[in-house]
Amino acid sequence: MDVIIQNLGIIINATLTATPPLLFAALGSCFSERSGVINIGIEGMMTIGAFSGVVAALLTGNPWLGFFCGGLAGALFGVIHAIVCISFGADQTISGTAINFLAPGIAIFFCKAIYKNSSQTPSLDTVQKLPKLFDGVFPVRSFWNNVLNTYTATYLCFILAVFIWFLFYKTSFGMRLRAVGEHPKACETQGINVFKVRYICVIASGFLAGLGGAYVTLATVNQFRPSVIVGQGFIAIAAVIFGKFTPQGSVKACLFFGLCSGIKTLAANGNYVSPDLISMIPYIVTIITLVLFVGKTRIPAANGKPYLKVK
Amino acid sequence: MKKRLLSYILVLTMVLIMTACGSDKEKETTSTNTTGKSVKVGLVTDVGGVNDGSFNQSSLEGLQRAGKELGIQVNYLESKTDADYKPNIQTFLEDDYDLIICIGKWLEDATREAAEDNPKKKFAIIDDMSMADMPNVTSIMFEQSQSAYLAGIAAGKMTKTNTVGFVIGRTNEIMNQFGYGYFSGVLDANSNAKILQINANSFTDTAAGKSAAVNMVTNGADIIFQAAGATGLGVIEGCKESNIWAIGVDSDQSSLAPKNILTSAMKRVDNACYDIAKCCQEGTIKSGVITYDLKNQGVDIAPTKTNLTDDVVKAIEETKQKIKSGEITVPKTKKEFEKKYGDIYELD
Repeated sequence: MDVIIQNLGIIINATLTATPPLLFAALGSCFSERSGVINIGIEGMMTIGAFSGVVAALLTGNPWLGFFCGGLAGALFGVIHAIVCISFGADQTISGTAINFLAPGIAIFFCKAIYKNSSQTPSLDTVQKLPKLFDGVFPVRSFWNNVLNTYTATYLCFILAVFIWFLFYKTSFGMRLRAVGEHPKACETQGINVFKVRYICVIASGFLAGLGGAYVTLATVNQFRPSVIVGQGFIAIAAVIFGKFTPQGSVKACLFFGLCSGIKTLAANGNYVSPDLISMIPYIVTIITLVLFVGKTRIPAANGKPYLKVK
Repeated sequence: MKKRLLSYILVLTMVLIMTACGSDKEKETTSTNTTGKSVKVGLVTDVGGVNDGSFNQSSLEGLQRAGKELGIQVNYLESKTDADYKPNIQTFLEDDYDLIICIGKWLEDATREAAEDNPKKKFAIIDDMSMADMPNVTSIMFEQSQSAYLAGIAAGKMTKTNTVGFVIGRTNEIMNQFGYGYFSGVLDANSNAKILQINANSFTDTAAGKSAAVNMVTNGADIIFQAAGATGLGVIEGCKESNIWAIGVDSDQSSLAPKNILTSAMKRVDNACYDIAKCCQEGTIKSGVITYDLKNQGVDIAPTKTNLTDDVVKAIEETKQKIKSGEITVPKTKKEFEKKYGDIYELD
């Protein structure tokens, strides 16, 4: 029994390590996609957030300020994406792809410029990292320490998910947001400023993706390296589709992807199962669930279509 | 129409910035030689990349040192996936490089193919001796089991829970030598010790490394040795948060977590890269196998010893002398290891 509880603790801990960056980014993606703008650039926005977060934390010594700056940097790229896609009606996929190349390039460029030609930042001290909520409350090897003693930001991302659900479905702004993604022309005739709503949503998606990236460098690890964001952004986009473009669905999907990496960790114990098989777990489980359990996903009707005002 | 034009201009600007960043990265290490003839040396990394904080990074630092001190023209190409090895080597061949250094056993096939097709070019490969008979390939080997053995001695003596951990990035006969050495060291120093072992199956997944550390800590480990590139950085971070010891690999990693890195099993790839580049410039480069071990300081325990107790430092020094004199032979193959300790290493 003890062993089962202990292993359960390890799985939950690994799940909570892998989930938050995905969830932040996925919630961001929800904003953008529901308002009708495809945002493939989530990965790039996470990378720039990861870099800016560390730099700000190193300069100020305050991890929360760093976390916020990571979000701002992501939001800045959200602005670029918004200008290109909304104001100029350019192809959203191309703009997003460009951001995915541009943002890591800029991050590495500035990293090399600031830190003596090294493409990794110095590592953060423990005080410069995001705090853990129950540090020292539970004994180190106990179940509750593995489960509850995670970063405050981890709790934050779940609270944020509830808030965003409320925003989407219980407020007039949420209704406008969803309507803009379905039929922008109809909204315009009702006096809703489509551009404004979409701008807010795309910038918010950049901000949240930036937070996701900053979480990785300020919590999971303690420095920026080009390899810290490898595919999390794309997994987040997959999670949103998986979760049928809703915040509550995205939470479930992100937890599910997180759980897969938790199982991976436990299965790697002692090498009784071939590591190559273990590495396949997330992908195989995803395909199986996608085919068997997830019904038809309805994409917002106006998603990906640039809306140009009729003059 | 105007808007469309503007959007094209915007995209063009983005592309320009991108390419500007790209070329900055590749050309930065070039330095020209003002005296004598200019030798060009290229380095191809494995998938760990030049910022893995250990193996590849240390190689590049060695080569860059050669570039600065000896005026050799040096350059590197990072491999993002296994599929990049061949094209990266090909790029250097097309640019007429004199010597191409391939970092790691994963590049074996790509190197062999290139060396067979280009008999006039020189190649060097680290951690692989399957091409020892080829006239244009220098194989650089390390006795990493020796430094891992010393790390094992430190772990075996310092553990309070009698449980230590070992996280490996990926397995092959070279990587497993870290394991054989470490396991032998731990068991020779402390025959009661239990060794937890995890194959993270990645050199880049930092989060997986951290989870592996949490896993081991929960199961009682208080010292973890990682030979896993960037994944290992996650292991170190996990150790730091649980406040237990981690053991570094390849270079002296104590700066990453000064209070939690017990010691590091060093593998001086930087010296090897420097030496081979120097030989290339002097024209004294030879094919065959060059071995770096404790005797010629190719492998060693890290110079930072602040976290080790005095008697452990002493024990390590004594063991070092015994290995040098041949009194202790550290097992480095499955057969040698199992003969002495039984089948307890599960990762091979």
